[in-house]
Amino acid sequence: MSAPAPATTRHVEVAATASWTHRLRRLGVWLAAGALLLALPHVVRNPVAVPVMNQMGIAVVFALSYNMLLGQGGMLSFGHAVYFGLGGFIAAHVLNLAGPGGLYLPVPVLPLVGGLGGLLFAALFGSFSTRRAGTVFAMISLGVGELIAASSLIFDGFFGGEEGVTTNRTRAPLLLGLEFTTDRQVYYLIAGWALVAAALMYSFSRTPVGRMANAVRDNAERAEFVGYSARWVRFVSFCAAGFFAGVAGGLFAINYEILTAENLGLNASGAVLLMTYIGGIGYFVGPILGAVVFTFLQSMLSDYTGIWLLYLGIMFLATVLFVPAGLAGLIAMHLPAWRAGRLRTLAAPYALTALVALVTAAGVIGLLELVHFVVSTSPSRTTMRLFWMTVPARTLAPWLGFAAAAAAGALGVRWAAPRAAAAFAAASRPPGAP
Amino acid sequence: MTPAIELVDVHKDFGGTPIIRGVSLAIEAGTRQALIGPNGAGKSTLFNLITGKHAVSRGRIRLKGEDITGLRPYAINRRGLSRSFQVTNIFPWLSVLENVRCSVLWALGYRYSFWQRVERARDVQERADAVLEQLNLTARRHVPAGVLSYAEQRALEIGITIAGGADVILLDEPTSGMSRSETEQVVQLIREVTAGKTLVMVEHDMSVVFDLADRIAVLVYGEVIAHDTPERIRASAAVQEAYLGVPQTTG
Ligand SMILES: Nc1ncnc2c1ncn2[C@@H]1O[C@H](COP(=O)(O)OP(=O)(O)O)[C@@H](O)[C@H]1O
Ligand SMILES: [Mg+2]
Repeated sequence: MSAPAPATTRHVEVAATASWTHRLRRLGVWLAAGALLLALPHVVRNPVAVPVMNQMGIAVVFALSYNMLLGQGGMLSFGHAVYFGLGGFIAAHVLNLAGPGGLYLPVPVLPLVGGLGGLLFAALFGSFSTRRAGTVFAMISLGVGELIAASSLIFDGFFGGEEGVTTNRTRAPLLLGLEFTTDRQVYYLIAGWALVAAALMYSFSRTPVGRMANAVRDNAERAEFVGYSARWVRFVSFCAAGFFAGVAGGLFAINYEILTAENLGLNASGAVLLMTYIGGIGYFVGPILGAVVFTFLQSMLSDYTGIWLLYLGIMFLATVLFVPAGLAGLIAMHLPAWRAGRLRTLAAPYALTALVALVTAAGVIGLLELVHFVVSTSPSRTTMRLFWMTVPARTLAPWLGFAAAAAAGALGVRWAAPRAAAAFAAASRPPGAP
Repeated sequence: MTPAIELVDVHKDFGGTPIIRGVSLAIEAGTRQALIGPNGAGKSTLFNLITGKHAVSRGRIRLKGEDITGLRPYAINRRGLSRSFQVTNIFPWLSVLENVRCSVLWALGYRYSFWQRVERARDVQERADAVLEQLNLTARRHVPAGVLSYAEQRALEIGITIAGGADVILLDEPTSGMSRSETEQVVQLIREVTAGKTLVMVEHDMSVVFDLADRIAVLVYGEVIAHDTPERIRASAAVQEAYLGVPQTTG
């Protein structure tokens, strides 16, 4: 128990230098992220890409704020869009007050207004909902979500009824001559805010109350026996999460210049849960990955198919069942193999598994699209476009074909997946091990 | 001198069943005391009452002269009382280092602050490093606490309890389930970390009890039947009978 003194000092030194390089590396990560965000609109030339990237940036902030509850604090909320939406509505109303002769409030500070709005309501609802975690918290979040959704139908003056509240960002006074007329100009605003918000949320997770949020998530009882009120810790996290959700809502108000009741409803709350979970709630970057992938799929799939929500749902189920650690967890899982320089040994077994999985997916997607076509179009239409083919949907052949593909693919997965898993296990073994 | 802990006619019922039946006990400050008694006597329950986990049904509890009856566990902990649990009660997903850091934050005055980073707080770092060294867990600092061995988890359990620097320490069966040599190490650790403090410890291993305790309290069916020095407890026929369940016949 009593180690010799020199050993102790040396250890502290090692820790100190480690944290130094750590800090430098972390700074490098943030700088690289900033550079990437600056370069993106120049690299991605597709004109429809900028609006999608704007949507991604907003989703990233929203999902990160959600993970302050779920991943960091162990609070499963079904109503987080309340703070996003209310922040957005408040930002939209304030923006409408701005302009010549009105409030001096330039667009770049508007997300702060949204954040304060989110914070205000998070403090209000958090004051009683954070008393308990677990099922009680989840139920209250659902109840608050319903309450606000119902209020949006009643208080027309604030929520704007069916049409929602529209606004106009070009009417606001300029700050440093910065104009926000094009999507690209708004992109830089969103990217800047997303970077700052992400850095702040990361910092929060390293502060005393942020660390205690993890402790309370793990074991609320023990946290109380080291001096912390679990309820206060949850409340502070909840307020912070509400603030950043409101920032995202403010960015939404700037980007779309309209807010409707949909933005604070249960669907929006469900979507942020989905994207955060798909990305991985156990990692800080998880929600970022999830928001980007989710938004990408959402905007892509909705161009190709009317049942894209179904596919996102299936993806969510697959994540919960097979990769509960999410995309970030999947990546983190491969770090040992990468450090050992054995990633290349995984290429072949993974490619094979991916191939058969793709065949399965194609079969399942084909069947789902056939069903969708048959039930949603008039019987007079007999052919549909599917996977670059023209398919006679009302004959037996394509159904059999896709069913065969799904079945064959599934058999293939059953054969290939254990081999991929074995290859992974072999590649992940520490270098020295036999 | 005011006692570190003072119980005055404390009662506790669970669903109408009396479990603690009128305990009055004063623990002198700066002493190491053992609380012994058969299984189910109410030793852990008594700890739960003192530390605010459960509310008393009747009676008062004072800590260093101040009434703490009815306070929440965190409020009692902030007044300098800390406890360990009979069943290991740690933060399983946090690293060993994080477990210890979280246990020193309040004591070092960081409260609910969100404007400074834990890893830049020198005092937290130093205290945590020192505690890890004491626990012999320095090499395991970055391991999630949930994957530690049983003996390591029991050591961490004690570490979390003492890291904040509380001057009144309650340990509930810290050596249970340990081998002879592990027990010796833990006893040595307890001796180190409780020097100059008040310790109350539930313990079944009589050699540990007689080795460590200045005084011994015997709890049987929710009542303290004796509270005395080890020698007198050892000699007491009443204790022998009640605790061991056999009347003392020969000498
Ligand atoms: N939370 C509780 N609810 C109901 N009964 C309890 C509770 N805690 C303890 N008891 C009962 O109180 C009695 C004493 O338990 P305990 O204090 O754990 O004994 P000891 O620690 O002395 O072995 C036991 O009969 C136990 O079943
Ligand atoms: Mg017990």
